[in-house]
Amino acid sequence: MAKVPVQFTLNGSEKAEFIDSGTTLLHALRDKIGDTSPKGGCHQGTCGACSVIVDGELRLSCLTLAETCNGATITTTSGLAEGGVLHPLQRAFLDTFATQCGFCTPGMIMAAKVLLDHTPNPSREDVVEALSGNICRCTGYEPIIQAVLTAARGNSQNAA
Amino acid sequence: MKLRKSYFADVRKDDLHEIGQARPRSDSPGHVTGKTAFFADRNFPGMLHLKMVRSPHHHARIRSIDTSEAEKHPGVVRVLSAKDVPHNVYTILILIQIGPEDETVLADGKVRWKGEAVVAVLAETERAAQEAAAKVKVDYEVLPAVFDMEEALKPGAPIVNEYHGQNYYLYDSGECRKVRFGDVEGGFAGADHILEQSYQSSPIEHAPTETTGCVVAPEGNDRFTCYTNTQAMFFTLDNTSIILQMPGSKLHFVGGTVGGGFGGKVDVIVEPIAILGAKLTGRPVCFIYSREEEMQISSPRAAEKVVIKDGVMKDGRIVARKVTGYTDAGAYSRHSPYGAQKGAGHYPGPYTIPNVWIDTYCVYTNRTPSSAMRGFGITIGDFALEVQMDKLARLIGMDPLEFRFINAYRDGDMKAHRQPTEGAALIECMQEAARAASWPVAEKYMAMSSYKKGA
Amino acid sequence: MALALQTFATVKDANAALKSAGTRYLGGGTLVVRAANEGDVSVSGLVRSTDPALSAIGVGAGKVRIGASVTMAQIARHPDLGALAGAARAVGGPAIRNMATVGGNLFAPAPYGDFTVALLALDATVATDDGESPLETFLSRRGDSPAIVTSVSFTLPKAGGLRFLKVSRVKPKGVSVLSIAVVLEQAGDGTVSSARIALGCMADRPVRARAAEKALEGKTLDQDGIAAALVVATEGAAPITDPIASAWYRAEVLPVHLGRLLLS
Repeated sequence: MAKVPVQFTLNGSEKAEFIDSGTTLLHALRDKIGDTSPKGGCHQGTCGACSVIVDGELRLSCLTLAETCNGATITTTSGLAEGGVLHPLQRAFLDTFATQCGFCTPGMIMAAKVLLDHTPNPSREDVVEALSGNICRCTGYEPIIQAVLTAARGNSQNAA
Repeated sequence: MKLRKSYFADVRKDDLHEIGQARPRSDSPGHVTGKTAFFADRNFPGMLHLKMVRSPHHHARIRSIDTSEAEKHPGVVRVLSAKDVPHNVYTILILIQIGPEDETVLADGKVRWKGEAVVAVLAETERAAQEAAAKVKVDYEVLPAVFDMEEALKPGAPIVNEYHGQNYYLYDSGECRKVRFGDVEGGFAGADHILEQSYQSSPIEHAPTETTGCVVAPEGNDRFTCYTNTQAMFFTLDNTSIILQMPGSKLHFVGGTVGGGFGGKVDVIVEPIAILGAKLTGRPVCFIYSREEEMQISSPRAAEKVVIKDGVMKDGRIVARKVTGYTDAGAYSRHSPYGAQKGAGHYPGPYTIPNVWIDTYCVYTNRTPSSAMRGFGITIGDFALEVQMDKLARLIGMDPLEFRFINAYRDGDMKAHRQPTEGAALIECMQEAARAASWPVAEKYMAMSSYKKGA
Repeated sequence: MALALQTFATVKDANAALKSAGTRYLGGGTLVVRAANEGDVSVSGLVRSTDPALSAIGVGAGKVRIGASVTMAQIARHPDLGALAGAARAVGGPAIRNMATVGGNLFAPAPYGDFTVALLALDATVATDDGESPLETFLSRRGDSPAIVTSVSFTLPKAGGLRFLKVSRVKPKGVSVLSIAVVLEQAGDGTVSSARIALGCMADRPVRARAAEKALEGKTLDQDGIAAALVVATEGAAPITDPIASAWYRAEVLPVHLGRLLLS
């Protein structure tokens, strides 16, 4: 069948692909472009493992059709580290043992990043709300919440 | 939480350099950068997608299967049914001589639970596989089904699994695993109080965020690489070798990275059929459970029923305990005969009781086959035992923690299954828990030790 | 056949394309892409419209018109729609709210569709290119007409005028056990002069609790005043049974939560 072109900016670099119409952004990123950091946990919009940032907004890539993202700016967890230096959220997830099996981690970091982009000094409630669409089955969430708060404290220290 | 070193200080060299220290996890850098390679992150050109046609019935005879329309569907490369599987009837614990083989890779003549795999469709895209799967016609004659363990054990109940011939696993000890220790009836006769209670649980799904699956790539030399999220690599490799009648040297399993398991990924379900598909088509094959399949099809923790009868003295001593445990295996054994056996070994719990009688049954019903999950065979039993302990304490008007100190096993005590207790730390754990919770416990119990004088 | 998306500049053209068999409208994707992902092979084509009117929010003279493509997140942060923010935030987690649309919510089967419960209590009107209809009528015929919903309109309640409650087992995000929206008008003496009560999960789609509304009229908002309404709260209801809760449980707890909401 006919392929449709999609073009967007992914983690700062231009990407263009021909895809089957109706392909989800998750499949396009993983299978066509090769960025496997977003994970397919449920394909129902329930687990949040596929979360990415599209034009500054948190989106579920499993329910987003790639061709609706033409011209968009997309960020995934694989693009956060710069020059081998981890993003403060990545550092905080390491330091607070916020990962266990690691499958939910990229989605959690995306949800947390959107929060901190808009709310640099969030309350615990803000963090819980921001992560409420992301399921973790290993950690019981507490280390993840601590990681986001730790990264945010880094923000406020940098600002001071 | 601080590491308290006063316990067992005399038997331990105080030279711990790692315990109590935070050390970075070796896998975390991969996790936080999205670089960790889970099985589904492997992608191969020309990879086929496998979708399973599943039984809509709990128990039915298969009159006929018609795959002709599905085979003609655009994008379909191959359709597999029971006749394509070299050794279709298997059981995973056969590797440790726990038989009989009782489960079909693809249903042959009969389905025994709702969701059982019947036909596998391999197609160029997931969508084509789904569409073709909808075109497979299976003619079923629905049979009476049994869902309740006690109903299943009654004479005249529908036979769930003909490979067993009766609705329970036949151990070398008979219809159940048995532990006999002391004189339980004598113990009850001399007890101040008798308390018999029944406890039961429903199946529990592990719900890992990463669903069960594998990606198989032919290496071009009759050897197949299988990227899998199994929690049981070599179990899976050896069982696949049996099912596909292929020497293990032809199977290369890559795994160890599991997106949540909790015991839910120890069965051998997706790998053999995916490797068979790769072998018969010469193409890479991907078989991943949908979220719905993960919830409905993958083995849950078994439903259990536990009946506990205790004889207890007014002074707090339990003098007799009789436990009858039932483990709902569902339609096939998988790990459940082992789970029920673990239960038999675990009762009467971490308590020293002079007269014990244990029977644990592994029962077959037309429910989703159950299997491993975090302490299976033990966890539900512990729930039942500890609720029973609270009830017994209340019955004799004793503090529930002090009641446990009186009955706690200590080094040198003979357990019901005749292993002497060694390395017990229950007393010390309860002492620490009492301190942490500010739960008042009489000084004589706080002065106890798991060591017995003279032991 | 693979899933194919067609995009149209106008609702009119999108409506024409929707007439093909197996074609569904794509809003935020949280219903229809989910169905396709789960193997619903009845969906073979998707249609959407990028008409800017679908994404517009108009507030004026006490009236509100919300385009069908407006998302829950846009409603939740709109300065003039504070009265609806709670209901919009009740939907999904942050990512879902960035995607889920007002139009799509009208079609969400129970236990989803919490925002529509709020719209039903507001006595909203649903617009398509074929005209406008009351939301209650629209819901009763949901799915019969393929015409694309273009907007919903309603009278803006005063601050606190819409009482909304979503009950779920997981907090802060969870699927509904039930949801309740109430809009009351009170006379000078505090008695209820009119009431609209809408319920989610009490049928396969949001429904009004007519008997309870009637029983509230002329009553004061206290334990005694609302008692009769609570007794008849489930009248005519057919609660759903799903993994979240049984129909029995939902019916059992509805009066408790309705009572709390009325007295809040």
